[in-house]
Amino acid sequence: MSTAKDRVPAGSGLNDDIGEKKRLELYRSQVRLREAEQRAFDLFLQNLVKGTSHLSLGQEAIAAGFAEAMVKGDLSFCTYRGHAHTLARGVPVEKVLGELMQRDNGLMRGKGGSMHLTSEEHGVMGSYAIIGAHLPIACGAAWRAQYRGDKDVSVCFFGDGTTNIGAFHEALNFAAVWKLPVVFVCENNLYMEYTPIKDVIPIPQPAADRASAYGLERILIDGNDADIVYRTAQKAFARARAGEGPSLIECLTYRHSGHSRADPAKYRPEGELEEWKKHDPVNVYRERLKQFGVKDDVIAEIDASVRKEVDDATEACKAAAPPSLDIIFTDVYADGGWAWRN
Amino acid sequence: MAEISYRDAVTRGIAQEMSRDPDVVFLGEDVAKPGGCFKATVGLYEQFGGVRVRDTPISEQAILGAAMGAAMTGLKPIAEIMFSDFIAVCFDYIANEFPKSRYMSNGQTKCPLVVRTANGAGSRFGAQHSQSVENWCMMIPGLKVVAPSSPIDVIGLMAAAVRDPDPVIFFEHKSLYNSKGEVPDGEIVDTLGTAKILRAGKDCTIVALALMVPRALEAAERLRIDYGIDCEVVDVRSLVPLDTKTILGSVAKTHRLFTVEENPRLCGWGAEIVSIVADEAFYDLDGPPVRITTPHIPLPAADIMEDIVLPTPQRIVDTIRRSLGS
Ligand SMILES: Cc1ncc(C[n+]2csc(CCOP(=O)(O)OP(=O)(O)O)c2C)c(N)n1
Ligand SMILES: [Mg+2]
Repeated sequence: MSTAKDRVPAGSGLNDDIGEKKRLELYRSQVRLREAEQRAFDLFLQNLVKGTSHLSLGQEAIAAGFAEAMVKGDLSFCTYRGHAHTLARGVPVEKVLGELMQRDNGLMRGKGGSMHLTSEEHGVMGSYAIIGAHLPIACGAAWRAQYRGDKDVSVCFFGDGTTNIGAFHEALNFAAVWKLPVVFVCENNLYMEYTPIKDVIPIPQPAADRASAYGLERILIDGNDADIVYRTAQKAFARARAGEGPSLIECLTYRHSGHSRADPAKYRPEGELEEWKKHDPVNVYRERLKQFGVKDDVIAEIDASVRKEVDDATEACKAAAPPSLDIIFTDVYADGGWAWRN
Repeated sequence: MAEISYRDAVTRGIAQEMSRDPDVVFLGEDVAKPGGCFKATVGLYEQFGGVRVRDTPISEQAILGAAMGAAMTGLKPIAEIMFSDFIAVCFDYIANEFPKSRYMSNGQTKCPLVVRTANGAGSRFGAQHSQSVENWCMMIPGLKVVAPSSPIDVIGLMAAAVRDPDPVIFFEHKSLYNSKGEVPDGEIVDTLGTAKILRAGKDCTIVALALMVPRALEAAERLRIDYGIDCEVVDVRSLVPLDTKTILGSVAKTHRLFTVEENPRLCGWGAEIVSIVADEAFYDLDGPPVRITTPHIPLPAADIMEDIVLPTPQRIVDTIRRSLGS
């Protein structure tokens, strides 16, 4: 981690650029993502989450930091590892867990599944399970903003492995030449599914070291520090809204769990996880709050209320009915149905 | 009324829709200032300006992905893929993204866009620039697929495609760009999912698409003159939605079915039509349905080879004559 100098300078007090109110929101968001993802994993082990799931345990600071910097109208484009980004935009935990558990109360009533969380009303424009597909799509949403003079920013999250697919390079070039208000966020968690990213790239940093090819600034940050993420997001969003074009931000992070399902992640060298857990984003942030003088009971209150939301959501999902089968044939086409012939 | 080319009809169809709706935008490789590789969009850049008519990098995934993102958030993009063969490099958008997003999101998202692309043989460009690939798209739930055969249909179906709330793949035929037809003045708007009976007849039904339509019409005329066989010719125009009523109605009248398809044989659109007719109109048939297709081979480049493999009026005549026992 080369980012210590970016950490909060000692003694900067509560009135720094972020402020206590936003800090408490950043903390609450991270704890909420942590608890919800941990619950998803527990439910998976209980066989109550069907199919697959890709958790963001350990990567919460990125989702929280970006979402807290976004305003209503900004758009998120996520991957199959999209629970955290979806929750961070304000989607209720029950909706997400309901979709993972394939219940009628799920965000898409079971028609999408864990890899495709979408909530248009929250600006979550979809979670995409084909590597790289959503980078060009985010460009298109940003093109619409540019065309209409809208001030929203399209934010596109993806992993380190995604930087090797063609769509990444097409989108970066396209966004840069068209100066689109899009922010590309690479969550470098060091691994693709099971192979370390360093084994498949000729440069140290998969995203940052490619930025110059598209005329973009090299941005590499500590993705486990929500303050740094939040500040970096604000800067990139301001640039996008000012018509100055896209940004590519590489956030260094680490996933605490396996790639998906119950992957035990045996391919990781011994001690690596433990080393990264010393830099766990939730712990980092809890310490940060204390450093700024936030009282323990305020922190405990946040922890408890988040726990309650997740517990209540879990119970609601367990009690929820499976989806009604009549929706199998709805919404294939815009007329609401599936008719392909007369 | 005026006689215009199929090529000019493309420009006119797009211009009609761009004039009507400021949300309609157009992007693709060499489409703006150069007016398109086939010169099918000349003048749009001058008329609508570089903000609405935009040249892109050679990035088919970016073109289709950007069209989708713009469509999801309120625009009505028309995207050009220069040759339909190139759909293969951006097939993810056509197969996985455009048609699935509404369904997977349980109806939250929309994708009203048009991908127009130059399809088909006749230019002697060989196996990667001459294919007829409409069947690649027909098999995907959530897409709509059209392929007009005349200038008036180009304009009317383009309007219908742009106004349609679903993603539409619009196949223009390269070998029809120079063909001409009468087109009325003023706005033209057609309906997706409608076939057209171009020639009424009582002895057999010939169902054709795009370049195969004029060939079917020519064959029908020769069959009448030389053999007294009276063919009904149906231009399918729209593969999805598919106007099965018109096709089944025609077969009920003529009792024989022939499809004329430019695509290679396996899983060509005609197979689906034959299967529907076999299921639903078996007892209307007086003989087996027959598919006349390009054989299941990559397309050769040389003119004498390409000419043999595509269904020709002569092959249509011979096949129908033999099948009807004349
Ligand atoms: C086009 C494509 N190729 C392969 C896969 C299978 N796949 C799913 S996730 C994944 C790893 C992606 O790694 P990365 O981009 O680093 O994201 P992370 O999972 O670490 O968040 C792969 C190879 C896919 N979904 N799409
Ligand atoms: Mg990764």
